[in-house]
Amino acid sequence: MNNPHTNINSTSIPLHSDRIRVDLQLIADMVEPGTRVLDIGCSDGELLGYLTRTKKVDGRGLELSNEGVRNCVAQGLPVMQGDADRDLGDYPDGAFDYAILSQTLQATHRPKEVLSELLRIGNKAIVSFPNFGHWRARFDLMFRGRMPQNPNLPIMWYETPNIHFCTVRDFVGMCDDMGVKIERSMVLNESGSKVSIDSHSRFANFFGNQALFMLSK
Amino acid sequence: MPTTASKDKRAPLPGHHMVLGETDKLRLDSGVEFGPFTIAYQTYGELNADKSNAILVCHALTGDQYVADEVHPITGKDGWWLEIVGPGKIIDTEKYFVICSNVIGGCLGSTGPKDTNPETSKPWGLDFPVITIADMVRAQTMLIDALGIDSLFAVIGGSMGGMQVLEWCKSYPERVFAAAPIATSFRHSAQNIAFHEVGRQAVMADPDWCGGNYLLEDKKPARGLAVARMTAHITYLSQPALHRKFGRKLQNRGSITYSFDHDFQVESYLRHQGKSFVDRFDANSYLYITRAMDYFDLSIDYDGRLADAFKGSKTRFCIVSFSSDWCFTTAESRQLAHALNAASCNVSCVEIESDKGHDAFLLDEPDFHMVLGGFIDGAAEIRGLK
Repeated sequence: MNNPHTNINSTSIPLHSDRIRVDLQLIADMVEPGTRVLDIGCSDGELLGYLTRTKKVDGRGLELSNEGVRNCVAQGLPVMQGDADRDLGDYPDGAFDYAILSQTLQATHRPKEVLSELLRIGNKAIVSFPNFGHWRARFDLMFRGRMPQNPNLPIMWYETPNIHFCTVRDFVGMCDDMGVKIERSMVLNESGSKVSIDSHSRFANFFGNQALFMLSK
Repeated sequence: MPTTASKDKRAPLPGHHMVLGETDKLRLDSGVEFGPFTIAYQTYGELNADKSNAILVCHALTGDQYVADEVHPITGKDGWWLEIVGPGKIIDTEKYFVICSNVIGGCLGSTGPKDTNPETSKPWGLDFPVITIADMVRAQTMLIDALGIDSLFAVIGGSMGGMQVLEWCKSYPERVFAAAPIATSFRHSAQNIAFHEVGRQAVMADPDWCGGNYLLEDKKPARGLAVARMTAHITYLSQPALHRKFGRKLQNRGSITYSFDHDFQVESYLRHQGKSFVDRFDANSYLYITRAMDYFDLSIDYDGRLADAFKGSKTRFCIVSFSSDWCFTTAESRQLAHALNAASCNVSCVEIESDKGHDAFLLDEPDFHMVLGGFIDGAAEIRGLK
């Protein structure tokens, strides 16, 4: 199953494969081996399973869909049902080295609070989201007068779980407001591969389909 | 009709019996030093050389040690978790050494109120000390010690069995590698206590209960215990499951009879459930074990801060609930999971969609079996069990 909020790549990867979706691979590359990881919105456990197998992390997952939770636990991954808005409050401060929120921030009710929770329970937060500043989104609004709908954001406005869209610059602005330090950032293309543009440049906000940030307090 | 107790005396039930607490007695929560006592238990599979493959399965209120027997010695039916435990099954007895013991206070071979009080040479009856879930678990630790097992690979159980699992994890965390509390809670709810009280009052209202001394009087409070079972049985099902199974269908008749006969199939079913239960269960045991569940509240020693009960625990937890279970709801399971999160424990928490109510954990639920199997296999891999 692909991420429910966005459609990044339709190629399905078999379970227990050591190859994972390209955008998830970029996240995995940011994680040091043997660390404690919380994957929020872990879906079917593709990233969590990979990190557990290849980086020997002490990984936990939180997933909204019952089906996702079931599939994760059936693979032996410690995952529980829950969502980013409601269920992060129980975890103690600094319980994890990394709190990962992949392609989920835009579907939360209070993105700012969620981000601050990530940085409370994790020493570092790894966050990825679709970029609303991408030229196609701008094109849809400017020339079609319609909310963006494209292979990357396939769901109609009235059905999408995505309620808090932002651009790369918006996100950076929020981090600045919160005094959050951007440790690393990159933009990705439609298939989730890294685009070699300086992520702070305005080109990144124009050509990046998605953005990936590693943050700390 | 001979009572279950007198049947037992004539022909001891099959399986292992261990006498414990001869020198070091069992200290009960009530303060009583109890012993010696007998624990009846079954084992399946072989303990490996380093004694690392033992799984303790804990039974529910009216369950017993015959978890994976093909033929139950009293009912003649399948063991209560034959679906799950056995060669090549989810709890694979070719890989694991499975132990299941009758709880103390029970009536299938472990010392309970129907046994003889050595001081009076009469059945204990209500002189039997009140037992708690922690007492049951303490007795189990004595059995596990006697079997020479230091650490259990897993402790698994549903309903009251799940309470024992949690008690193990709280009191002996270093002895439990993996734990699966299923369809259970960290405390018995007011509603569950209320239903138990109805059951107990039904038993006590039966004149044949004789103030708890029915064995001395050669009587049996069969009607009271049957009513208790009928009530409890309803709570183990769900509205949709009852409707699917019975609807308003009539029992072997074309129309209602304008009487209090069992016109409806559901009535006939419940009467049968009640009747068959009294053949295998002791009424006083029912009082004692329901009381043990009522008293269960893991958070009580921690001023209600449940997370503190699990601080520093390295155990891997898998909590399972069933969507239509109104005895032990998913909300309660989530409360437990949140407490475990707050204690930085390794926890999985899954709700299984099922309309079969509380009893779903005993039934053929493929999603549940997939989850439990995945959890056990994953834990075995980390433990290095092949």
